[in-house]
Amino acid sequence: MRLIWLLSPALFVIALAFWAYKENYRTKAAYDAVAQVRADISSTRSELSKLRAEWAYLNRPERLSRLADQQFSHLGLMPMRAQQFATVADLPFPTIPAAAVGASMDVSFDGGQQ
Amino acid sequence: MIRAPLRPLVKILAARAKGQNPDDIERQNIQARTNAMRETARAQAAGRLLMLGAAFLMCFGTVGMRMGQLASADPAEPTLRSSGARMLTQRADIVDRHGRILATNMETYALYAQTRDLVDPARAAAGLAQIFPDLNADDLLQDFTGKRSFVWVRKKLSASQRQAVHDLGEPGLLFGPREMRVYPNGRLASHVLGGAGFGREAVYAAEIKGLAGIESFYDDTLRDPARADDPLQLSLDLSAQAAIEKVLAGGMRMMQAKGAAGILMNAHSGEIIALASLPDFDPNNRPLPPRSGDPSDSPIFNRAVQGVYELGSTFKIFAAAQAMQMGLFDADDMIDTKGPLRWGRFKIRDFHNYGPKLSLQQVIEKSSNIGTARVAQKIGAEAQQDFLRQLGFFEPVALEMPEARVARPILPKNWSELSTMTISYGHGLSASPLHLAAAYAAIANGGKSVRPTLIKGGSGEGTQIISAKVAQKARAMLRGVVTQGTASMAQVPGYAVAGKTGTADKPARTGGYHEDKVITTFASMFPADNPEYVLVISLDEPVETSGLEARRTAGWTAVPVAAEVISRVAPLLGLRPDLREFAALN
Repeated sequence: MRLIWLLSPALFVIALAFWAYKENYRTKAAYDAVAQVRADISSTRSELSKLRAEWAYLNRPERLSRLADQQFSHLGLMPMRAQQFATVADLPFPTIPAAAVGASMDVSFDGGQQ
Repeated sequence: MIRAPLRPLVKILAARAKGQNPDDIERQNIQARTNAMRETARAQAAGRLLMLGAAFLMCFGTVGMRMGQLASADPAEPTLRSSGARMLTQRADIVDRHGRILATNMETYALYAQTRDLVDPARAAAGLAQIFPDLNADDLLQDFTGKRSFVWVRKKLSASQRQAVHDLGEPGLLFGPREMRVYPNGRLASHVLGGAGFGREAVYAAEIKGLAGIESFYDDTLRDPARADDPLQLSLDLSAQAAIEKVLAGGMRMMQAKGAAGILMNAHSGEIIALASLPDFDPNNRPLPPRSGDPSDSPIFNRAVQGVYELGSTFKIFAAAQAMQMGLFDADDMIDTKGPLRWGRFKIRDFHNYGPKLSLQQVIEKSSNIGTARVAQKIGAEAQQDFLRQLGFFEPVALEMPEARVARPILPKNWSELSTMTISYGHGLSASPLHLAAAYAAIANGGKSVRPTLIKGGSGEGTQIISAKVAQKARAMLRGVVTQGTASMAQVPGYAVAGKTGTADKPARTGGYHEDKVITTFASMFPADNPEYVLVISLDEPVETSGLEARRTAGWTAVPVAAEVISRVAPLLGLRPDLREFAALN
């Protein structure tokens, strides 16, 4: 009995030491991971800003208008004019062919966003 | 110290009397003395040992504690707060009102040479001169072989140039990381953005500094590392800006003008949607200010903001609005327009003779100098000054550009009655097109003063200068200018435009005015019945030569350009066209 009383604190201390050792290394690994992630963030950010700059460069109005001119025969793009505005009344109603009486009907339901 | 005798006589005599050996007494005493001495010596030694022990304990304790401290502390490397290895994107982006990028940053490299490490300076110089055609091999060689150990070669390198320099294989040529400001849209909105350059430079970094325009005005904000992630959002609309610049450039070419300026502004909030000045420049490579000649001929001169000109008849509406506000005239009241109007030796003439009498509405429509001068006479110098001060013609416009803050209007030194009369039709007072846009916005929005701004969100409501009713009457007059008056070319399909033309002779440097050089301006607002936007177009020295004789009036030059601008820009801004306007034209 006395032996157990003497040994158990010693074992407990040894266990704590193992735990502390492990925690210490886990913390260090976590720090390294954070530093790595930060470095990744920074490089991704720089990549992103480069891509954004490139996107803006490729979408500059001067280039787009040049492209629109080049592809005019295919696309026929022109600057927007007031005549292109239309009212709802100008739109033709969709023509739905009348279903024969008694014919079966497909009823579909998609999304239901109302 | 009194020593105890070893052979005290009393004890010796007593011992002799008893027949004992007196030497025993001496021996006993010697023994006792030796004992006492040993005791003190031992005590001393023990004390010394204790002291020594304590000293050792302290020393070892200190060392041990420090070791323990070092062992238990976490090893930490010194790292940057943001912890990005690079100091990238320190300067905030600039975006337009829809978030499209106007200015951003890119990584690049600067090239420098450590001349002592150069293996073959002559070959390096020749190679560099081949990569960079603007560098001279002889000059480079002179730098490399001279006294300096450190030479900057280039401030910015493209990726391919960097590779080419790498391929030279010269250990003395080194790269320093740099961040550079990029304007992906090139010349677009160049005057607003201004441009940026390097401030203080070191090998591993250089600060970017705004040189002009918004980059310079907001330099501190843009550089603030805490705000590096929130871009500066301008009120500009990239597509509207592009459209205006394109139309202006075309108009400038057609009218053979030296320069052109255009301002499109929200009449209520003062947000500038587009601001253009031609000729322009590429802010990625901002030209240096001219050393000689007229600064206004340089492409970096911002005509819309810095160009302080006499704006001609566009001013007439202010006299008319004020007269209506003061209750002096109404739109239908007749005004004597018999010419010429003499004032001392000075004569005021009209472009044509418009007959003896015109209503105030017609004075504006036909743009009669005489009629406006008569109205101004009634208003008086003081009241006119007050009114123009309220409209902002006495101070530089508080726009977020350093250029605007120094563009002070030129006022007459002595505001005589003659000045009052000439200023009423826009002569004798010089202001920038931006001033004019702000003043027209007050008429457009129902009489409230407007402070132009380049920042999205606007500058808030101003003070009421004229009543909403007078503003509405003034707008009806301006609409009349388009439907029956000098600006008939401003009939835009779908949009009702109201505006006033102005043609002012350019002042000659030698004094007086040029005969055939004018600045034409069209200040307008649309849609006319409830204006959202104010547009000011100004052309420098235009001439329209499609007819038999050269025409230089605003109605033939600035107005068609403005009409084209409106027909292009209004749909882009999402303005719904007015169907009646199609009907009126067809």
